[in-house]
Amino acid sequence: MTSTMVDPFHDIAPDPEVAREIDPGLPREDKVFHLVARAIGIAVLAIMGAIGLFLGAQSIPTFARYGLGFFTENQWQPENDTLGISAVLVGTFTVALVALAIAFPLALTTAIYISEYAKPRAKSMLISLIDLMAAVPSIIWGLWGFFLLQPKALHFSHWLHTHLGWVPFFHVDTDPEAASWAQSRYTASAFIAGIAVSMMVLPMAAAVMIHVFGQAPIGEREAALGLGSTKWGMVRTVVLPFGRGGIIGGSMLSLGRALGETIAVVLIISPAFDIKFRPLEVGTSTVSALIAGRFGEATSAQLSALLCAGFVLFIITLIINTLAAMIVSRSRSGAQE
Amino acid sequence: MTAHTMDPPESGSSDSTITLPPIAVPSALDHLPPPHAHNEPIHAFDPRHPEGTDQHLGGGTLEARAVSAWFGTNKVLERVSLEMPANTVTALIGPSGCGKSTFLRILNRMHELVASASLAGEVLLDDQDIYAPGTRITQTRKRIGMVFQKPNPFPVMTIADNVTAGLKLNGIKVHRSDRDDIIEHSLTRAGLWKEVKDRLKEPGSALSGGQQQRLCIARSLAIEPEVLLMDEPCSALDPTSTRRVEETILEIKDQVTVVIVTHNMQQAARVSQKCAFFLAEMGTPGGIVEAGETSQIFNNPVDPRTFDYVNGRFG
Amino acid sequence: MTATIDRASETAAPSPFAPPDETVTDTPRVLNSRTPDDALSFWGSLVGSGALVWLLYTQILPFSGRIGFVVCWFIAFLVMYAGVTAMGNPRNVVVDRLMSAIVRSGALFVFGTLATAVVFTFMRGVEALTNVNFFTDDMAGVRPTSTLDNGGILHAIVGSLIEVGLAVIVTLPLGIGCAVYMNEVGGKFSKVVRTIVEAMTALPSIVAGLFIYTTLIVTLGLSRTGIAAAAAIGVMMLPIIARSADVVLRVMPGGLREASLALGASKWQTVKQVVLPTVRPGLATALILGIARGVGETSPVLLTSGASTYFNANPTNEPMNSLPLFVFSAVRSGEPLFIARGFGAAMVLLLLVLILFIITRFLARQKVGRR
Repeated sequence: MTSTMVDPFHDIAPDPEVAREIDPGLPREDKVFHLVARAIGIAVLAIMGAIGLFLGAQSIPTFARYGLGFFTENQWQPENDTLGISAVLVGTFTVALVALAIAFPLALTTAIYISEYAKPRAKSMLISLIDLMAAVPSIIWGLWGFFLLQPKALHFSHWLHTHLGWVPFFHVDTDPEAASWAQSRYTASAFIAGIAVSMMVLPMAAAVMIHVFGQAPIGEREAALGLGSTKWGMVRTVVLPFGRGGIIGGSMLSLGRALGETIAVVLIISPAFDIKFRPLEVGTSTVSALIAGRFGEATSAQLSALLCAGFVLFIITLIINTLAAMIVSRSRSGAQE
Repeated sequence: MTAHTMDPPESGSSDSTITLPPIAVPSALDHLPPPHAHNEPIHAFDPRHPEGTDQHLGGGTLEARAVSAWFGTNKVLERVSLEMPANTVTALIGPSGCGKSTFLRILNRMHELVASASLAGEVLLDDQDIYAPGTRITQTRKRIGMVFQKPNPFPVMTIADNVTAGLKLNGIKVHRSDRDDIIEHSLTRAGLWKEVKDRLKEPGSALSGGQQQRLCIARSLAIEPEVLLMDEPCSALDPTSTRRVEETILEIKDQVTVVIVTHNMQQAARVSQKCAFFLAEMGTPGGIVEAGETSQIFNNPVDPRTFDYVNGRFG
Repeated sequence: MTATIDRASETAAPSPFAPPDETVTDTPRVLNSRTPDDALSFWGSLVGSGALVWLLYTQILPFSGRIGFVVCWFIAFLVMYAGVTAMGNPRNVVVDRLMSAIVRSGALFVFGTLATAVVFTFMRGVEALTNVNFFTDDMAGVRPTSTLDNGGILHAIVGSLIEVGLAVIVTLPLGIGCAVYMNEVGGKFSKVVRTIVEAMTALPSIVAGLFIYTTLIVTLGLSRTGIAAAAAIGVMMLPIIARSADVVLRVMPGGLREASLALGASKWQTVKQVVLPTVRPGLATALILGIARGVGETSPVLLTSGASTYFNANPTNEPMNSLPLFVFSAVRSGEPLFIARGFGAAMVLLLLVLILFIITRFLARQKVGRR
């Protein structure tokens, strides 16, 4: 207590400088309620914490055995006692970044459309549709990517290679000008897996963006329109600067989700363990695809290595999610100024 | 000077139709000439606005004709007609919920931003209907500027950028030197130049509330509107800032027609030359009870309800 | 729209504010700032660019392929639209129209893609779905070459329902209870819980599956059963459900709680009578979306429950198949008839998610009605 409390109802206050202890005086049912609620909280914490600790603990033998080599080795050959996650990490990020590169512009335009251009009646329906898209099981996008997209996308890959092949990123190890070009060199690539994953993570980013765009203050919107601004002028001067945190945060959240996607990637890619930055070319691997492909025949040591890889993936996702949450929440509190 | 397109009922007539709700005055009486027209010297309070000099001034004449408005199926304005002559300040007064803000927003097509909103009637700016098909809405809003209740400078822009935001939004390109002139000129007109001339690079949100509001006025003035609508511009401000804004209004009225909504009777009396009293009674849509010269509305109102309102009996 | 407004103006009391100018009618006007120039520029550019691209693309240049055609058409349209607009409009109008076209096309593309995924799954699955036995039979003894009137996915449907049901029974009370604890009891410790819960939402579902696989199946030596699958789904769902329930409870206005406490209600009474009923629609929506996620996720069940072929309603014994797992293994088999069944099962899975989703919409609408 820094200030003296004046109590007009008691001439002799006990000691004005000492804060009284307040007895919460909870009724019995509230004591039970607190007890039960706290028990549930502790139970959830225990379960969640146990998973984290277990993953961390299981990683220790692997780290102890392979050291930093675990991060630099690209092969996964437990039978030769050489294993590392550099190739799968590169693959994971390649797939996720391809997904983000496709999902970001689409999520942004979709969010702007729903938030600013759609008619009010259509708006709530379209938001539901975005939620529905987020709920579409990833296996559906896997089927879509493998059976519908891949036969078409490989032509696009070929086109990119033919015309932009001088960019290393679009290079594929085959001759694009050959009379019958090698279609199989363009299938099962990180690029195609990335497209399928992009459709999975797009609604997540769009939903966050729609949410923050909707919070753009009406006063500033009207100020822009009152000055004779076009709709896009208003969006660019008011909505987009205001929603910048949500745009970045939502995209990062979807990046975090893209890093952990399993089944669509497993369906589409053919596993390969070399470090390469050629997403159009056949073969790649991701951490989650590695786990899905190798858990079955794994010995307990190998299992520990897989858990370690999963732990690394979890930590990366955790960092990205935390950053995203910070960016989103900071943009909101900043908006209240 | 056409002071009244909306004629008030003859004084005392509402007493004779006492069986009806007071608002239901027979419409036949509405066409009588304004009873006060002969006993009020029209320019007594407005020496700076002699008749016939409109051509030299920048303001436009705004005229509403039989404007009705709805939100969904709820009618909020009933056949409001009002002329807001060039280079005068017209005050819209009335209790909360009487439709005066809705009316103001109709005057530069902000009304239709609300999804369920619809309207009837015409709004003429210099004899052209701003709602005519094919009229570009952005052009209308550029000619008829608006200052809002809550100061709303763009927080991500500097003070200088806020002033020129309207130019940028309208795709008007200006030279650097011209740009500085426009910024200085607009801020001077809004009475803010001396306070901010050394801090033009600071964000607009760094200013105090009253300064922000004057920045918003400067921002509106920078695109040289013909009419400036002000929706309770001082309701969020302290008395000192209010006085500065009022001074600004009196200074700019030679270049721009001002229409101001206010809850503050003294403010209406101080800044306006014309005044319209809005009222919505017992769930009926709002409308104008009486409109005319400000001195007449305050000193010699025709309708007893106007008398009650300006003397603080209700609302 | 017009009719209802007319009725409203008729029922309104007669007004004293009749205008002097009776020629202006009192019917709502069309509030449209679209000029004929807008419409003509749009359609003109669309048709013009289409014709031009058709001519160049198919007749003159050696290109082919529908997708390439559409892409070229789109780019040509944007260029032409901008050019046409620039002839009679200032720059900001050009940019506005161009961005409007881009934003609309982006949204159209996204929703179009969603439609292709649904329609494609349906088209490929309809062959299997038209057989009644597909819903009433399991896959026991079905050979790779058996036609579609043999075998079905009843075991996978039932397996999915049992596994998700078990997971929900455990995670729902835990998740909601945890959210109630974090919001209604509070304290320093609850912040720790919230931090951990939020962190665990980052857990990739495959890692959740791997965790259960390692602990229950490898370490404890249990076999791959429905229980193991349910545990994996539950571990994945728990942070999601706790977090979304937390978000829903957190946005509830604090005034309501205080009003109830000020009336002398106990905290538990407040939670039971005021907090939970108030947030129920939002809570239900969040939870069902979490459940939909649990139903559709393949990776946890891939690791923990075997892709059995026969019907098994006992989660504690014998492997239990589920819909996503069935789809995955059927498609991976490479047999055309199995792939057809896989698509059929995928469509069933999609319908299941859709049903859950429609329930959430229904609950969300109740919220609007009650306001």
